[in-house]
Amino acid sequence: MTDFRRRVEATIPALRRYARALTRDADIADDLVQDTLVRALRSEHLFHEGEIRSWLYTILTNLNRNRLRSLARRPVLSPIDDNDAPDMPGPDAGGRDIERALATLVEDQRSALMLVVLEGLSYREVAEIQGVPIGTVMSRLARARAQIKSFLDGERPALRRVK
Amino acid sequence: MIDRNEPVSEGDLHAYIDGELPPEQRDAVAAWLAAHPEVAAQVAAWREQAEAIRVRYGAVAREPVPARLSVSRILRPRRSVAAMAAAASVAAFLIGGGAGWFAHGATMQPSTGIEKVATDAVEAYRLYTVEVRHPVEVAGDERAHMTQWLTKRLGYQQHIPDLSSIGLKLVGGRLLPGPDGAAAFYMYEGPSGERFTIYCSRTDVAETSMRFKDTGRVATFYWVDNKQAYVVSGPANRERIEAVTKAIYEQVDKAMARKS
Repeated sequence: MTDFRRRVEATIPALRRYARALTRDADIADDLVQDTLVRALRSEHLFHEGEIRSWLYTILTNLNRNRLRSLARRPVLSPIDDNDAPDMPGPDAGGRDIERALATLVEDQRSALMLVVLEGLSYREVAEIQGVPIGTVMSRLARARAQIKSFLDGERPALRRVK
Repeated sequence: MIDRNEPVSEGDLHAYIDGELPPEQRDAVAAWLAAHPEVAAQVAAWREQAEAIRVRYGAVAREPVPARLSVSRILRPRRSVAAMAAAASVAAFLIGGGAGWFAHGATMQPSTGIEKVATDAVEAYRLYTVEVRHPVEVAGDERAHMTQWLTKRLGYQQHIPDLSSIGLKLVGGRLLPGPDGAAAFYMYEGPSGERFTIYCSRTDVAETSMRFKDTGRVATFYWVDNKQAYVVSGPANRERIEAVTKAIYEQVDKAMARKS
């Protein structure tokens, strides 16, 4: 196996973690990772220098964005579990609260927060992955944190549609 | 720089908890927070969020990676739908330890070829493993020679797995008649004299799922990948043969991936 492939392989566990947090669905997450790997390995010859890990995160982030866009084109209303108030904000049932809170975030905010908090990347790396200035990454983080806090503090989010 | 007399910006606070500040600024923010408890509480809440996220998702990175996500699997050239199904069931086998996976085999198209190969392999197992003096033609310490010889006779690269990590020593191998030309037969021996064999031969079937057969005294796992059949036989102890098969499968799979 080439060094490139070995390095890609070594990143798979982290990619799965990131994808799981982004999608909160194990199957969709692994599909995303698989698509990411297919693309990365197909473009092995295009990759010369740089950080393989950041590059893989970039591919995955973009693929997920595309996925959400194509979902958005379908006129589907996602069921908002609105009748289960008892397990809305309150004692945490195995991480469900944070999961629900993350679900209320805008995709770019969620991705920025996950890359920083879960994957331990620097603001600069996240800026490169998202293709935006560092200032934008910081405002995404700030909004994400404020939104999660207000969700966990019990402010129920407005009824949302999957856009 | 943050002056202790100037308010700290929200951006500074995020940079502070995300480890983006140089040490002296860190200290300045920490000092400022000590004097502003309500802001400190907010910062603490952000930290708790981060911790909850890591608790919720951190373990995903420690789960075994599904076989379909391995680099070698993805690099393998064009696979048919049946092949993907086979791969999926092998993956399920490797992850789930075989539980609930045999049902999958029922959906595969029947392939009599592989059943015949499996039967031949079990016969060979019965015939040769009882041999004390002449169980093999070429001894295990001539691995390189045996690989070369059987590769030539079978017409495709042989990879003789090294099972020493699970306590099995290569006794050796022999050439046997197969359903479609020659077959290779490798024998391994465990610490208490128990013997396991691998029977390899070409088949007309491209791929199958992994299958299991227990004939009472002999248990067998067998599969076809890339038109190459592998039949692993051993004493009917389900757990042990599963572990042996897993070790063999992984080595064979890796060797095939290297080639493609």
